[in-house]
Amino acid sequence: MIDFSYTIWILLIPLIVFVVTGLTGNRFKPIVTGIIGTAGLGIVFLLSVITAYKFFFVLDKVDGAFQRLLAFNYTWLNLTDKLHINIGVLLDPISVMMLIVISTVSFMVHIYSLGYMKGEKGFARFFSILSLFSFSMLGLVIATNIFQMYIFWELVGVSSFLLIGFYYEKDSAVAASKKAFIVTRFADLGFLIGILVLSYTTGTFDFITLTGPNSPAFTSGQGIMFLGMSTMTWSMLFIFMGGAGKSAMFPLHIWLPDAMEGPTPVSALIHAATMVVAGVYLVARMFPIFHHEQSALEIVAWVGGFTSLFAAVIACTQYDIKRVLAYSTMSQIGLMMLALGVSGYGGEDGLGYMASMFHLFTHAFFKALLFLGAGAIIHAVHSNYMHEMGGLRKHLPITHATFLIACLAISGIPPFAGFFSKDEILVAAFHHNKALFAMEYLVAGMTAFYMFRLYFNVFWGKEQHYHHTPHEAPLTMTLPLIILAIGSTFAGFIPFTKLVTSDSLPFENNTEWGIAIPSILIALVGIGIATMLYMKKSDTSKKVSIALGGFYTAAFNKFYIDQVYLFITKKILFNYVSRPVAWFDRHIVDGTMNQIAFVTNVASDKIKGFQSGQLQQYALAFVSGVIGLALLFTYLWTN
Amino acid sequence: MLIMRHELLLIAITVILLLVEIFLPGDKKSRVITLAILLMTAVLILGFVPGPSGTLFGGMYQTTALISMLKNILNIGALIVMIQSADWLRKPENKEKISEYYILLLSTLIGMQYMLSSGDFLMFYLGLELATIPLAALAAFERFKEKSAEAGVKFIFSSALSSGILLYGLSMIYGTTGTLYFAEVGPAFTGTPLQVLGFIFFFAGMAFKISLVPFHLWTADVYEGAPVNISSYLSVVSKGAAAFILTILLFTVFSKIALMWSNVLYIIIILTITMGNLFAIRQQNLKRFLAFSSIAQAGFILLGIIGQSQYGMTTVIYFVLVYIFSNLGAFGVVSIISNRTGCETINDYDGLYRTNPRLAMMMMLSLFSLAGIPPVAGFFGKFFLFAAAANHGLYILVLIAIINTIISLYYYLLVIKAMFLNRSDRPIPKFKSDFYTSLGLILCLAGIFAVGIASTIFEAINGLSFGLY
Repeated sequence: MIDFSYTIWILLIPLIVFVVTGLTGNRFKPIVTGIIGTAGLGIVFLLSVITAYKFFFVLDKVDGAFQRLLAFNYTWLNLTDKLHINIGVLLDPISVMMLIVISTVSFMVHIYSLGYMKGEKGFARFFSILSLFSFSMLGLVIATNIFQMYIFWELVGVSSFLLIGFYYEKDSAVAASKKAFIVTRFADLGFLIGILVLSYTTGTFDFITLTGPNSPAFTSGQGIMFLGMSTMTWSMLFIFMGGAGKSAMFPLHIWLPDAMEGPTPVSALIHAATMVVAGVYLVARMFPIFHHEQSALEIVAWVGGFTSLFAAVIACTQYDIKRVLAYSTMSQIGLMMLALGVSGYGGEDGLGYMASMFHLFTHAFFKALLFLGAGAIIHAVHSNYMHEMGGLRKHLPITHATFLIACLAISGIPPFAGFFSKDEILVAAFHHNKALFAMEYLVAGMTAFYMFRLYFNVFWGKEQHYHHTPHEAPLTMTLPLIILAIGSTFAGFIPFTKLVTSDSLPFENNTEWGIAIPSILIALVGIGIATMLYMKKSDTSKKVSIALGGFYTAAFNKFYIDQVYLFITKKILFNYVSRPVAWFDRHIVDGTMNQIAFVTNVASDKIKGFQSGQLQQYALAFVSGVIGLALLFTYLWTN
Repeated sequence: MLIMRHELLLIAITVILLLVEIFLPGDKKSRVITLAILLMTAVLILGFVPGPSGTLFGGMYQTTALISMLKNILNIGALIVMIQSADWLRKPENKEKISEYYILLLSTLIGMQYMLSSGDFLMFYLGLELATIPLAALAAFERFKEKSAEAGVKFIFSSALSSGILLYGLSMIYGTTGTLYFAEVGPAFTGTPLQVLGFIFFFAGMAFKISLVPFHLWTADVYEGAPVNISSYLSVVSKGAAAFILTILLFTVFSKIALMWSNVLYIIIILTITMGNLFAIRQQNLKRFLAFSSIAQAGFILLGIIGQSQYGMTTVIYFVLVYIFSNLGAFGVVSIISNRTGCETINDYDGLYRTNPRLAMMMMLSLFSLAGIPPVAGFFGKFFLFAAAANHGLYILVLIAIINTIISLYYYLLVIKAMFLNRSDRPIPKFKSDFYTSLGLILCLAGIFAVGIASTIFEAINGLSFGLY
């Protein structure tokens, strides 16, 4: 038996770093805080790698399957004899995989930020919150029970809020951070309801019990139906609502594009690689129950599929490079959700599950790389808009090379990482649902198109008149780019079917070339169209957009979803819900309180003579009290 | 020996302090403060070392793991009071009396511990008196101040009355059962009229100690007149000890008439909480204010007793532990400000946040804890008490208690409002706290947060509460 209890330090180190740097941030030079934060994450990264090695390759398997073990467990609150809230560390294939993803990307982002954030006001604050985020996110993935997960889930939300609003003097950043917080918080309300319903019906929060073979979730909560679905289905849907909010699934996606107001490293860490996949992780964590509640799983699949298409369409029309990447993220996460939605459980049936986790893993690398590359570009030209860029490949050779690798990876061109994981998703979709499968072929083509539209607009075409000649970023920024580019190239060769599967049992799987070759061709077509339209600046693209007419305008305006939300909240909610509630609050609730206050005041005025300061009166009251007690007992006696 | 370890340790350090007082030259008297605090810290730590349980003197003295823990809780409170007193004792007029102060304080603590460990009403009474009489001397410690002298006199007279009545009750119990041993009184206590009368007298005497309405009238006057640190000692340690022993005796010796005393407690709880709150609203002097707030808190403590369950016992102990930290935090701030500036009314605190932000924050957190606002410990203390009472179906009582919590929130917020929102032409000037004051407040602050968050503490108390039966 290997001792894993040290894994609690993976959580504690970022927490300690956060507390220390948060309290002492002003006393040192900013760079000291940055180095402390980066060093802390470096240790976490090493610990995660060691843990993964020991878990996957040293630890004995039980009946051929990877174990799920509690490396650390502490009972925090005993609610009843059976129901209690624990804080601990759960190690199983997906949590260990997530440890690797989070610590790697977070470590890279820390290094990168040393260069990117240099000279910014609030440099120390930035690193301090970054540590808080790392702590929360790591705590989320190693949660042993759904309540612990919920606590860290909210902490992640808070640190995301703080980081989006990092430039708090900028109005748009403040608005974006509020929007992100409120929308995800609204979704979390669903999550909380789901948790309460689930724990009420099953009597436990514990993941191992809930997702084990004899889960109480399979038996309880089936009888009572509401609107045609059982209690358990409803609780799963509510939990999925929380996941959909964090993972920016349609229609709760509106916060993610605005969240790009935060510093670019934050976008790479939180809004591309880690936090936004929390929803996918949540569904994967609860997968046995979702699988048992097929109707809920079906909804997951369709929400994921629709989001991936919807976001890909919008991504084709945006000019802000970070927003293109944001929509691309939504689209890719939609793919992961879809893969979970079409998955079965156990062995080769669990292909979708495996593919989803695989794609989550590879996506973290190339999407973080894309964002960090975008950061380097913005750093060089001081603009977010691609039509103010062009011909940058000569000035930024490293950024250019790594960005190209990432584009190829996300487009699914072999041998880059994205090809393998995306292919598995397509295979899983093909075996389950042909309509979703066809949709994903379309998405694959569009992904290749919009990525290369971005790539050509930025790195090729005519050079713009820049304020000063763009220059390559410093080593602290390019080094993470190179490391992530290596990851994006080779991560696809990791045998995920042997490591991360739905029932922890390895299975054999080969690339189905019958599905893979058409998808490569589609991607190549997408790239080809982008090359024709954007490699040289020409009017053709404008003509195409004019030809598309209303559809293009709608997509450019993100299908007016934001306006719909504004209408619902401002016009309907404020007028018809908030006002009556406010009236009730002001007149009924406050009125009652005022009455209590009035009565209290009068009463205390009336009795104040009782406390006279005369000792003989006190003695009298004492003796009267004794007599009163005696009378009271006599009364009780006779009754 | 080891069975009586808590008391023997305290006696030992009292003797040490007496000897030091005799042999220390006059100009070095202030060193006694550090010595006393170090010795008390050692006693506190040694008290946590697990030791044997058992009885001594033919059953007159007994101790269990539960009782040891209660003693440790009292030791914590006493230690914090001793630390907080340092600043006040350094004043020129008190310099000559430092060891006197600590010796008297430790004597009362020894009395309380004997009271907790008693297995017999005689021992109980001896402990009670040992805990009371030195307190009267302490209340009149600043004997040239009229208020302090008044406090001492009022305290000794009221105590004499209550002790007399309590002793009268004990004599009735002895007369009807023929024994004073708890273990023998329990089975023999069947609830004949004379026994019940004896119980009433006994209960009135204890109610005086915990300051339950209508036996509470001495509280405000004594708290106001006595030195601040003595008021805080009276309000937490003395009250805590009395609450513990009352709970134990009600649960064991008087369990046969549990139905009756539960009904009486029901009424007394409502009276105590409500009266305490109503009077607290009117107070301008912070010491009187805290006196009435502590009366209301005493009513809350009884909520845990009424169900007569192991869980109830746990909640009472837990609440007292939380209350020690919160109330000592509030009193600590009042004490330092009173020592440095002489200001004791709420209006004097206007704009405190601007001049002394740390003290204002400390005061705010302590008051939050007293009011029961999450996430500080006071919230959990009240929550568990309410849960204990609700477990027994006492929903109306819990509702009344909750309404009273809202009322209490009002007057606690009045102080917070004064400190943070009001502006003042003559605010309390900025001053630096000395080491001991800061240490005392930091200990309270740590307690206010740690006791609430670390659930192990509650679990540990709950585990030991089994020991009662």
